[in-house]
Parts: sequence; structure tokens; C-alpha cells
Amino acid sequence: MVDTLYTPEDIAGLDYGDSLGYPGEYPFTRGVQPTMYRGRLWTMRQYSGYASAEESNRRYRYLLEQGQTGLSVAFDLPTQIGYDSDHPLARGEVGKVGVPVDTLEDMETLFQGIPLDKVSTSMTINATAPILLAMYIAAAKRQGVDIAKLDGTTQNDILKEYIARGTYIFLPRHSMRLTTDIFAYCSKYLPRWNTISIGGYHIREAGSTAAQEVAFALANGIAYVQAAIDVGLDVEAFAGRISWIFQTHNNLFEEIAKLRAARRLWAKVMRERFGAEDARSCMFRTHIQTGGSTLVAQQPLNNIVRATIQTLAAVLSGIQSLAVASYDEALCLPTEEAVQLSLRTQQIIAYESGVADTVDPLAGSYYVEFLTDTLGAEIKRYIEKIDSLGGAVAAIEQGYQQREIQESSCRYQSEVESGKQVVVGVNKFTSPYPKLTRLLRVDPGVERKQKERLARVKGNRDQAKVVASLKNLEEVARTGENTMPAFLECVEAYATIGEMCDILRRVFGVQREFLVF
Amino acid sequence: MARARIRVLVAKPGLDGHDRGAKIIARALRDAGMEIIYTGIRQTPEMIAEVALQEDVDVVGLSILSGAHLELFPLIMEQLKQKGVDGVIVIAGGIIPEEDFPALYHMGIKAIFGPGTPTQQIVDYINKVMAEKAKS
Repeated sequence: MVDTLYTPEDIAGLDYGDSLGYPGEYPFTRGVQPTMYRGRLWTMRQYSGYASAEESNRRYRYLLEQGQTGLSVAFDLPTQIGYDSDHPLARGEVGKVGVPVDTLEDMETLFQGIPLDKVSTSMTINATAPILLAMYIAAAKRQGVDIAKLDGTTQNDILKEYIARGTYIFLPRHSMRLTTDIFAYCSKYLPRWNTISIGGYHIREAGSTAAQEVAFALANGIAYVQAAIDVGLDVEAFAGRISWIFQTHNNLFEEIAKLRAARRLWAKVMRERFGAEDARSCMFRTHIQTGGSTLVAQQPLNNIVRATIQTLAAVLSGIQSLAVASYDEALCLPTEEAVQLSLRTQQIIAYESGVADTVDPLAGSYYVEFLTDTLGAEIKRYIEKIDSLGGAVAAIEQGYQQREIQESSCRYQSEVESGKQVVVGVNKFTSPYPKLTRLLRVDPGVERKQKERLARVKGNRDQAKVVASLKNLEEVARTGENTMPAFLECVEAYATIGEMCDILRRVFGVQREFLVF
Repeated sequence: MARARIRVLVAKPGLDGHDRGAKIIARALRDAGMEIIYTGIRQTPEMIAEVALQEDVDVVGLSILSGAHLELFPLIMEQLKQKGVDGVIVIAGGIIPEEDFPALYHMGIKAIFGPGTPTQQIVDYINKVMAEKAKS
């Protein structure tokens, strides 16, 4: 419950040094950089990737010309779950929610004419992250790029897939090994790569509250750090490469407070729990995508206003990169026009609103600081609960986070249906509205073309090399060795994602759904 | 013969893991007194039709957000027909553009509920069509 008024009494316990600190200083409540946007604006990165590698490549070049500063790749579901485009489970899904990548050739086409040492690329990929990263590395090598210069992110956050998003393949402990293999490989060869982007986004999208979004993501973060330490990695060698992804919703102050609380809590977790000394290891660097599930099909132009408020919340909370959801997303995959409007929304806030002129402008507000503390305490209680269940993996296996999210999701739905939670145009101020036309439609011929392409690649490759590299992958998977070099060898032999995942399914075992409803 | 409770299969065809809507519907229908069978995610058309047959359901609710409805729904309808369960009422929800509605109605989907639909509307719809079916 929000009070009518907040006064100095509400933040009487606030100690500037311990609770806030200066921007760029531990515990980073006010931001991870001393100058924040005054030094450099956040990276404006719209999520895209469509239908085929050629079409996506055209779109990336267009977005780069439009002033976008980083690429964000969406893969289709078969690629995310490790099936080739010609697998029966891939029927109807090829090229639908992103680009299909079966072999290295697709990755090469995707980035043709885009120098990989000059862009930063974020890949939304989890269960198959090491394979897609290996393809990206191989594509960069073919361009003659020094792989040490590669800049970007692999999402590589498998735990939230079990909790919320659903693109897991293997049993959690084997997946955790692939995650830490990427940490170890990148700390040696790709020093600028963000090896993991831990997501609260998808947890919120599944219906959690703001506090649960942060708490469950931080608890997953704790599990990854612990897993990496357990395989012998030095905290300081990988912790600085951890990044995050969260949503912002319409409740402006709650969202700002949520992210400020998250920065402070993570810094304290890293220092107090894991003994990280290096300030960089304690920095919570985050990407924000405005809330997809807040967008509605009724009076869809209202979504532009919602996205603007959410963009403002993100910017005011002090973030590193941002994608704005498009107003037509409750109806279809976003059209080019809608994506451009999302980018313009960011640019108007960046260049016209003045909110980027000073760092953490809301610090010291009685309400914002009170809310930061209150949310922080709630998040901490959830993390303690997960610790008491044996950590994030054990809690997931017990269905704890899934059940909590399900409760929140149902509570929200009943509040909307009772009218307690107003959604303009849905349960209040309803009126007839013009239908959106010109929705984006994926060409149904894409699946056939992609299958032909796959057949051609398979026909032209050196079969003996493929067999040998897959055999090696199987052996490595059975031992404790790092899998990344083995993936790289497979990828360079043009082995398919399905061939590699079939081997791993056999060695690692397949996770069935944790059914909670 | 009319049964005491309406049996509903809530299914997620395709590969998308967005199950928030499906679970909310499953819960709302259960709270309204119906018997719910929820398949979970990643169901093939064959699996969905098989469960519909085995569980002897009255209604099949399909939830899909990946955009693969025009490819997968015809396969599901065909499978239901093949297994002789084409008497069930099939309804759908998710991210489905309105311009696709005619094609989906044509293949036998009886109703489509988009984002923002109050769950009560779906409960009322099922009760209404089941009552009509019992009369005829």
C-alpha cells in the first residue's frame, strides 16, 4: 500500500554511504558508472530477427543505418530448443519468432557485410547458447576478425527457462555445466563478451510481481556464481562479465525503486557472500526490455503511451541498454514501422526530455528511497526462502518459483477482471477503435526454403569430418572437459544444431516439464 | 448422456513456452466447476488429439503465441478427425491476428479469444455451447 505522503521520517535509517554511495561506487545504488548517461547514452537495441538469415541480415543493416548501436538477435524456437528445421517438432515454427540457424552457413549469412569487431551483438539463446556462440566465433574468424575483440552477450540463463520461459532441453545440472563452460572459455578467449544475461524479464512476463522478478533472478544469479566457483573458476575472472535483463512496467516509481534495489542487493551479495573485491565484480549492469505482457490488443495505440512510461522508468533507474516493445505486439510480431517508433521513443527521451542530463535524479526522494528499501527487504526475504529450500535449482525442482509466479499471475488477472486494477481500453474507458492493419506476416514459404538450404549444406559438407567432430563432442560431454572447443570443431565442420543436441540429449538426459498450475 | 462436469483439454501446440494464458484459463475453468486436463508445453498435433481421445473431453482449448497457428491448427483438426473425436468443440487463444479468424473458423475452430478476454467470457461461452449441444 502506498501512503498519501512520505517525509524524512520514512528514510530516517538511510545512510548515504552504506545505502546509496556515489554513482560508480559500491554498492552502486545510484548507478554503475560515475557519469552514467552524461558519459555515454544507454545502448539502444531493438530485438529483431525474422524468417530467414538473408531477411534478418537486411533488417540489421537497416537498423544500423537508422542509428541503432547494437544488434539483438531473436532465434526461432527450433533453434532455441535444438531441433533442425526439418525435424517434425519444428513444423510451423521455422522462422516464426526469429531467425532459423541450422548450421554455420546461416550464421555467416546473418552477419554478411557486418564487421563483427565493430558491432555489439546480443543473442537471446539459452539451452543452445554454447553452439550459437561457437557459430558466432567461427563466423568472426572467417571474416578475419580477432575473436578477442568480439563484443556482445549470450543470454545463457537456463534457470529462468525452467521457471518461466520454457526453452530448456537438458536436466538442470548438465545445463549448468554448459553455462559455466561458456564462462571459462570466454574468460580466456573473449574477454569483452558478456557471458550471461540473467533474466527477470521472463519471470515478470509469466506473471510475477516486481519483487519476485528481481528476487528469482538474483537467486538464479547466486546459483550461477556458486556453480562457477564450484568448478574452480575465480570469481573476479567471470563476475564482471555477468549482465542482467529486466522489464519495466507502468508503475513508474515501483520500477525505478526495483532496479535501484537490485543494484544494491547484487553488490552486497557479491561482496558479502562471495568475497568479490573488485568493484567490477559487484556491478549490476542491466538491459531493459519494456513489458510485453503490459501491451493489450484493445485500442492498441495506447500501447505507445505505456511503452513511453516504461522507457522513462528504465532511463530514470540508470540502465545500460534498452529495447522498447512495439505497440502491435499483442497482435503480431512487430512491424518495421512499429519497431522504428520504439527506437524513436528512446531517442526522444534521450535527446529531448532532459532526464538523461544528470545521474540518478530521483535519489533522495522520500518516496523513492523508502520504496527502494521496502522492495529490497521483500526481495531479500524471497532469496532467504530459496536458500532455505537448497538454492535456486533445488527450489525449481520443487516448483517453488513456478507456484509463486502462478499465484501472482492469477491474482493480477482477478484484479483486472474485478476492475480493481484498471487497464485503460480493456476494463475501463472502452470504446470502439480502428483495427491495426498491415500486420507482419512471415512468408509460409520460409520453412520450405530453409529445409532446402539445410539439405544443400548437408550435401556439400565433408561427412567424415562431421562424424569425427560429433564423436569428439560426445566424448567431451561424457568427461568434465570444457565443451566449447568441441562445439567449435563441430560447427566448423558444418554439423547441424540438431545433430549436436541429439548427442547431448543422449549424454545429458532430457528435462520434462515441471507441471504446476 | 450429459455428464455432471464438462471436461476440457487445455493444450499448447508448437514450441513456445508462453503458458501464462493457458494456465490462467485452466485455473478459471476449473474454478468454474469444469474438469481440466492440461497438457503442458510443446505438444504435437498427434499428442493433442490422442489426449483428447483418451480423456474423452468435450472441449479442446488451444493456446499459441508463436504465430504457427495457421500451420498447426489444420494438423490438429485433421488428427482429431482421424481419431474420430471431431465432435469436440475446439476453441483457441493467444497471439492470433484477426485477419486469420475466417480461415480458422473455416477449418472448424468455434471461437477465438484474444489477449485481454475476461476469463468469465470463456466460461460463459463453454457453458452456453455445451447447453445447446445437450439440447440438440
